[in-house]
Amino acid sequence: MTTMRPDTAQRPGPDTEQRVAGGVGDSPVRPDGTLKVKGEFAFSSDLWADDMLWGATLRSPHPRARIRGIDITGAVALPGVFAVLTHEDVPGAKTYGLEIRDQPVLAIGEVRYAGEPVAIVAADHPETARRAVARIAVDYEVLPPVVDADAALDPRSAQVHDRGNLLRHVPVRRGDPAVPAEVVVTGEYEVGMQDQAFLGPESGLAVPAEDGGVDLYVATQWLHVDQDQIAGCLGLPTSLVRLTLAGVGGAFGAREDLSMQVHACLLARHTGKPVKMVYGREESFYGHVHRHPARLRYEHGATRDGRLVYVRARIVLDGGAYASSSTAVCGNAATLGIGPYDVPNVVMDAYVAYTNNPPCGAMRGFGTVQACFAYESQMDKLAAAVGLHPVEVRLRNALTTGDRMPTGQLVEGPAPVAELLRRVRDAPDPPPRGTDPRLLPGGVSNTTHGESVVRGVGYAIGIKNVGFSEGFDDFATARVRLELVGGEPAVLVHSAAAEVGQGLVTVQAQIARTELGIAQVTVATADTTVGSAGSSSASRQTYLSGGAVRAACRAVRAALLARSGLPDARLVDGAAVSPAGEVPLVELLRAGPVEETVEWRHRPTSPLHPATGQGDAHVQYAFAAHRATVDVDTELGLVRVVELSTAQDVGRAVNPQAVQGQIQGGSAQGLGLALMEEIQVVDGLIRNPSFTDYLIPTILDMPPMRVEVLELADPYSPYGLRGVGEPPTISSTPAIVAAIRAATGKALARVPVRPEHITEGPQWTD
Amino acid sequence: MEFLQPSTWDDAMAAKAAQPEAVPIAGGTDVMVELNFDRRRPPALLDLTRVAELTQWGTDGPLLRVGAGVTSRRLIAELGGRLPGLAMASRTVGSPQIRNRGTVGGNLGSASPAGDAHPPLLASDALVELASVRGVRRVPVAEFFTGPKRSVLAPDELVAAFLVAPAGGPQQFAKVGTRNAMVIAVCSFALALHPAQRRVGTGIGSAAPTPRRATAAEDFLAAALPWDTRGRLPDSTAREFGALVAAAAAPIDDVRGTAAYRRHALSVLAGRTLRWAWEALCD
Ligand SMILES: Cc1cc2nc3c(=O)[nH]c(=O)nc-3n(C[C@H](O)[C@H](O)[C@H](O)COP(=O)(O)OP(=O)(O)OC[C@H]3O[C@@H](n4cnc5c(N)ncnc54)[C@H](O)[C@@H]3O)c2cc1C
Repeated sequence: MTTMRPDTAQRPGPDTEQRVAGGVGDSPVRPDGTLKVKGEFAFSSDLWADDMLWGATLRSPHPRARIRGIDITGAVALPGVFAVLTHEDVPGAKTYGLEIRDQPVLAIGEVRYAGEPVAIVAADHPETARRAVARIAVDYEVLPPVVDADAALDPRSAQVHDRGNLLRHVPVRRGDPAVPAEVVVTGEYEVGMQDQAFLGPESGLAVPAEDGGVDLYVATQWLHVDQDQIAGCLGLPTSLVRLTLAGVGGAFGAREDLSMQVHACLLARHTGKPVKMVYGREESFYGHVHRHPARLRYEHGATRDGRLVYVRARIVLDGGAYASSSTAVCGNAATLGIGPYDVPNVVMDAYVAYTNNPPCGAMRGFGTVQACFAYESQMDKLAAAVGLHPVEVRLRNALTTGDRMPTGQLVEGPAPVAELLRRVRDAPDPPPRGTDPRLLPGGVSNTTHGESVVRGVGYAIGIKNVGFSEGFDDFATARVRLELVGGEPAVLVHSAAAEVGQGLVTVQAQIARTELGIAQVTVATADTTVGSAGSSSASRQTYLSGGAVRAACRAVRAALLARSGLPDARLVDGAAVSPAGEVPLVELLRAGPVEETVEWRHRPTSPLHPATGQGDAHVQYAFAAHRATVDVDTELGLVRVVELSTAQDVGRAVNPQAVQGQIQGGSAQGLGLALMEEIQVVDGLIRNPSFTDYLIPTILDMPPMRVEVLELADPYSPYGLRGVGEPPTISSTPAIVAAIRAATGKALARVPVRPEHITEGPQWTD
Repeated sequence: MEFLQPSTWDDAMAAKAAQPEAVPIAGGTDVMVELNFDRRRPPALLDLTRVAELTQWGTDGPLLRVGAGVTSRRLIAELGGRLPGLAMASRTVGSPQIRNRGTVGGNLGSASPAGDAHPPLLASDALVELASVRGVRRVPVAEFFTGPKRSVLAPDELVAAFLVAPAGGPQQFAKVGTRNAMVIAVCSFALALHPAQRRVGTGIGSAAPTPRRATAAEDFLAAALPWDTRGRLPDSTAREFGALVAAAAAPIDDVRGTAAYRRHALSVLAGRTLRWAWEALCD
């Protein structure tokens, strides 16, 4: 990793000076690292309570059907079964949802996707629970499903809900909608349904409490949004629904929606016993939302020298059966859908439709991944049409500070689009093809010894918003306590922010060390006894919860310095110091701990105008560029990615190793979408709900990466940092496909690219 | 579920005869997946890992006899020189963990059209040795498979071993998958040249209801190869061979690939493996 850091990176406040190790900018060892490597980390599926029951879920086999009746007698009669519940047993709100509460806790009279929960069981053994589920008889009247998002938008289509199939339409209009251009390129693109493929399936343990409430230990991304929905469905005040974060085995957006949370709580309250639910791998494919499949139609108009005059685009996202976060995903696709380019005239329409396909929602990239594949493919087409290098055409249109987005929003702070592109373009070439067959397309499968192998290089850049947008009140809470433990000052950081594997716990401790100068920092397990931290999504948690921890630390510091009674005191290496004197921290803390809780917000955003899409909808933009080098066996259509070179501006690398991890992992996820990852849905049914046929990249598929990290401070964010998690996923996919096109001359308008698209697909001509 | 753990081969056969519905388990890399996915709920499992005889290999006249319990890893390490085609196929199986556990008997027992041991066993005319309390029979591997995941194995029978002649000429195996490692074959192809008999063996995987040979392609190639001169392989021969291999397949469209792609890829693999084998023979 190479790093470029200008002097503008923000330092901790003026009232302190610290040299403690393991602070911001270091990469201290993660507390969960060794445990995870050794297989000793307790994930949510390892939860245990004496006397606990096991929950299981009966799911619909049909994508669309009316339920004429549910007969649970066979299940109830099975020895060891403690409860069999249907929607009738849901005491509170019967539906839930992140944005629109349209999703039933258990199906009510109708099922809208294959895999929808219909009934739940608690039994004294998982096998008994499974058998009981099999004994529930549901009388379905099977209906023809709505399976195509475009067709669903036709007013004559059958309706998935009774409010029409259009979930949201986001128009964005800028400039002249009918302006002509000298050069026009058009294209239609398709993105398949990607899965988050986290390794730890949905799981949790609900424990009924004596006060009539329930304690839920669960792997999730946002404790408080879960709490709110669960309490609503249970008909309890939120104070009686307490959540504690259990060990999370990855998230990537798939844990933003509820899965087993309400079910486990219902069963626990019904039986008076702790109830554990753990999905298997196959059930997990039905148990969470996926990335929206998309059809995208783009028309780019430009001058003969490659300057964009207009972009007109129509994006149709398949939302599946329930809303989840579809409306926000659609907003992102629309507002970020022409890419990091300065375009004077834009006509963008993004739609998301209800269908009877599996529900789609949050996944790393959140609506920008689909659009980026299309707009970057278009930029390559434009480069070819005007006879420019693909990077050159991008440079001529690169967004920069002071430009306006199609929404009219001013781009503030660093926007190093051109710089990132130049860096990946100028990176040294990877070595030429060697003779080790494992490093050729086909890998260990011995399909070529060099025959028909052609190398190609492709480029792409993407843009992502950081944080929640469109006027959402996005905040995070953190509590910081400084006290003497065994005579030494120690810090306790407590928040509800979910560590989902990204390294947030480590980052929170680093910030506390930097702000307070104390090495001994403990991060308490996240729970709902402290205020909401918002979601571990949208690349926002280091920004938001990091900001909250920093603010709480500063409040603690101020209180402590006030306690010293010294005028204009600063905290320097374990003491309050001023020209008037010096008081050691240990002495200041003898009077008792100092504790502060802070609710911290980023700058407010505003909603989009419903007709024009104008508005300052986003908090911060993040950018990453990729260059992909691939070897393609053109005769067999097999691909090996030889190298990925990337450059990303992270504002400030709070933890350089974690930044690396996010960039490598995100790029791998983008590689997966480019080459293999797709949930294949036919007639509303998932055909490959397992890792046997839902393929994710192995170490032989993911090449070594060359990573350049820029640290151009954002003037508005803590330490100048920029969200890191999503950008790498966005541009790696189109860069890889561009490289395959360069090697083969094939059109490849759909991802994932399959071998037959290379061997049989049309040529890339326009 | 009962768990039977015989420690001798006779006990294993007796147990299978007494309880034919007991499902044998060797490495468990197929059985446990089926149990986990709830595709199978057998009343009993018959653990074969304590039967020492199954893990051995040796000679039987001119043939090698390889016990059903020999793992992919051992096929590579111990038999790679004598059975190069099977070793190449074994290298493509799963991951190191799977190769450490998975056995050739289990691969045969599953009788998947995608089982990677099958094409090389077909190409080298292997026999499968089946045993029960009723006796022992040896079945040509081409007759062993009867349908997708079905074989001639009787309910009371177990796979004891396979028998095959050590390679008398170059062997090759190639497999197409949409990932560069740990992938189930979209299609695969094995080739064995038998220069002494001027014969050619083939095996096609994942492109028909069962693994199968491409007999017309074998006959064509046996006649067309310049065995005497060991001269350059004409491109037209490789192409025709590829076309005949593709014609021998009966693929379908499924989640892993299309029928048309499978036929195309088989013709490419056949041509390439032939060139590699012929070059090796002429070296
Ligand atoms: C992650 C993963 C990757 C895989 N990749 C591949 C791959 O690339 N290529 C491939 O071919 N396979 C692959 N497999 C499948 C599997 O590993 C192989 O089929 C392996 O050879 C099975 O051997 P086993 O000893 O584990 O069989 P088991 O699972 O123990 O048994 C498999 C079947 O054979 C039966 N059986 C076992 N031994 C006998 C016997 N002696 N007599 C009669 N019946 C018997 C069992 O009852 C069962 O029906 C993969 C599996 C996994 C989990």
